[in-house]
Amino acid sequence: MGEDADTRKINHSFLRDYVTEADVISTAEFNHTGDLLATGDKGGRVVIFQREPASKAESCCHGEYNVYSTFQSHEPDFDYLKSLEIEEKINKIRWIPQLNAAHCLLSTNDKTIKLWKVSERDRRPEGYNLKDEEGRVKDPSTVTALQVPVLKHTDLMVEVSSRRVFANGHTFHVNSISVNSDCETYLSADDLRINLWHLDITDRCFNIVDMKPLNMEELTEVITAAEFHPQHCHLFGYSSSKGSIRLCDMRAAALCDRHAKLFEEPEDPGSRSFFSEIISSISDVKFSHSGRYLLTRDYLTVKVWDLNMERGPIETYQVHDYLRSKLCSLYENDCIFDKFECAWNSTDSVIMTGTYNNFFRMFDRESGQDVTLEAVQDSSKPCAVLKTRRIGSDGRRGGRRRRDDVSVDSLDFSKRILHVAWHPAHNIIAIAATNNLYIFQDRAAPNM
Amino acid sequence: MFAKGTKRKLSDGGEEAAAAAAEEAAAGARTTASYNLQRQCLLDMSLIKLQLCHMLVEPNLCRSVLIANTVRQIQEEMTRDGSWQAMTEAFSAGQSPPERLVASEVLCRPSPPPREHGDAGPEPFPASGYGGCRPQGAALTAGGEDALCPVAVETGTTDPCWEKGEGPEAIPGDDGVDEAVFGRGAGEGREDEESTGGAKAMEQVYGTFEIKSPAPSPDPALEELFSDVDASYYDLDTMLTGMQGASKMGPYDLLENLSSHGPSSMATNASCRPDLNELDHIMEIIVGS
Repeated sequence: MGEDADTRKINHSFLRDYVTEADVISTAEFNHTGDLLATGDKGGRVVIFQREPASKAESCCHGEYNVYSTFQSHEPDFDYLKSLEIEEKINKIRWIPQLNAAHCLLSTNDKTIKLWKVSERDRRPEGYNLKDEEGRVKDPSTVTALQVPVLKHTDLMVEVSSRRVFANGHTFHVNSISVNSDCETYLSADDLRINLWHLDITDRCFNIVDMKPLNMEELTEVITAAEFHPQHCHLFGYSSSKGSIRLCDMRAAALCDRHAKLFEEPEDPGSRSFFSEIISSISDVKFSHSGRYLLTRDYLTVKVWDLNMERGPIETYQVHDYLRSKLCSLYENDCIFDKFECAWNSTDSVIMTGTYNNFFRMFDRESGQDVTLEAVQDSSKPCAVLKTRRIGSDGRRGGRRRRDDVSVDSLDFSKRILHVAWHPAHNIIAIAATNNLYIFQDRAAPNM
Repeated sequence: MFAKGTKRKLSDGGEEAAAAAAEEAAAGARTTASYNLQRQCLLDMSLIKLQLCHMLVEPNLCRSVLIANTVRQIQEEMTRDGSWQAMTEAFSAGQSPPERLVASEVLCRPSPPPREHGDAGPEPFPASGYGGCRPQGAALTAGGEDALCPVAVETGTTDPCWEKGEGPEAIPGDDGVDEAVFGRGAGEGREDEESTGGAKAMEQVYGTFEIKSPAPSPDPALEELFSDVDASYYDLDTMLTGMQGASKMGPYDLLENLSSHGPSSMATNASCRPDLNELDHIMEIIVGS
């Protein structure tokens, strides 16, 4: 696939000299035009980047992304009944399709979803009669002449205001939000329930999926991700910890506990182990832009499903199969529970997901080729092309080891790339590596 | 990997080649033994993870469910093999045997009970329970071995970690275990009580993940009820856990535990008698309302 990439590393913690837990990026999302990229972190902050218009001189390059706005979305909270802290970490951000000059996004922590409006102000009225320059009320007796206030240009100010707070809808931890194509409703999913909200109504929501058993000791399956279909406003899908995806039709019933379709791959009895269920747990589900396919990520693979075929995926890609023999260690250090995200490109021809050691993988569905790249920036070469990386074979399969190969034992499992995003129209990707955000462009084929 | 009937692979990659060669030549019995060893390690590890799940920075229901499913899977396989029975017998020497399935649920409770070793009754804490069974030269890496050891040592001591900010979880677990002890002492309705205790245990493990928002309009009768029993909580705590300055237990947790324990289960333990009047009083209030 050989990708040329223009790298811009934006250090999320530019004000600090050290990595703090609060700076770890927990979500990243482009808006519908791709001009804005929002990231959320563990400290409850949201940082929005805006793409600068590309200079005419370099028509093959897209503009740089610079910080547009930063705000504190969620504060740490405390549940007095259970004596537990509620984390302010932003679990997901989703943009709402733009209806006017302002941009709106939904951000959620474990418990509360908030709608934020981001608007620009570049004008202010000047020349009031009854107020002076600083806004203090003037003594009317000092006013000798009348003037009409005029709007004058000022420096651009980006204002962020909280418009809605959707609270108390969930008893478990919210893991997904998804805006409906009708632009009026959205769903929020926690471990056991999915709720449907109206964007304008904060004091009630509808429960559309409930997986909570009457006796909690019978609990064996949880919801891991949920998303609305990109075109059909009545369809949504959700994935489970048992490796299945359910497609539900909201027209059929108010409570969509009975699925319209169940996508499940039958287990291969030959490869069954005690870890089979854990590695089959789906960590992310994404509809394709066309609405025809579903992309799912489980611990070792990404799979493409055709919505018309429930019995199994149409494509399966191995993300890091060399970890299959290390599952016990990964279970011990909890890495086996890491939740990786996945992404489609704009034409649904390439899929991307992250792995360990700050590596991420891309799979070209048409050519069948795949590539491993590292999210790293060589400060001496800011616009360098990313080098293709290889995980060294261990000699067992007879592959030849090359000099640059990274050996499996030297992988750094603390450097995991969980959150990835792909620009909706161009070949620009955002990669969150712990506390750093990387934005890469494909110079060879910027528009696809 | 632990798949039965296929080539065994030890978790450490470096040992794979050696293991592969060795296993080709291994007798059936030896292969089974190493498989059982690995399975036991996995069971130990999983139970410890379940116990420690409330100590994570981020409580994670999905992770707990997956670990619990793994434990169940191992348990089922061991029951089919008959090795579960063998393990039960290994424990029962010198101790009254707990019901095995219930015991695993006891083991899955969120925190260890701080029991003195001299007490009559079974030793429910898993790590020490499996202490005798600890594999020599475990297949796990050294880190895994270390992870398993300290927990066994801490049995019966009050680890400050258990108390800090996790009061609601620490106490119900203790209550549940003591309830099981009392139930066995009575010898009647054993299975019912234990299964209720087990149910409550899992509920408590999963219950920690529920974010209960304060109700907008609390029931005034309920508030009045709990204002009465306030002072009694701490006595109950002290009595059941033997810990001084035990962390606070939320009123709902106390309610859950008390409602699951019949008065009969309390009656069997003589040392609790002085406080039974208080308990009866509380029960009357709750049942009366």
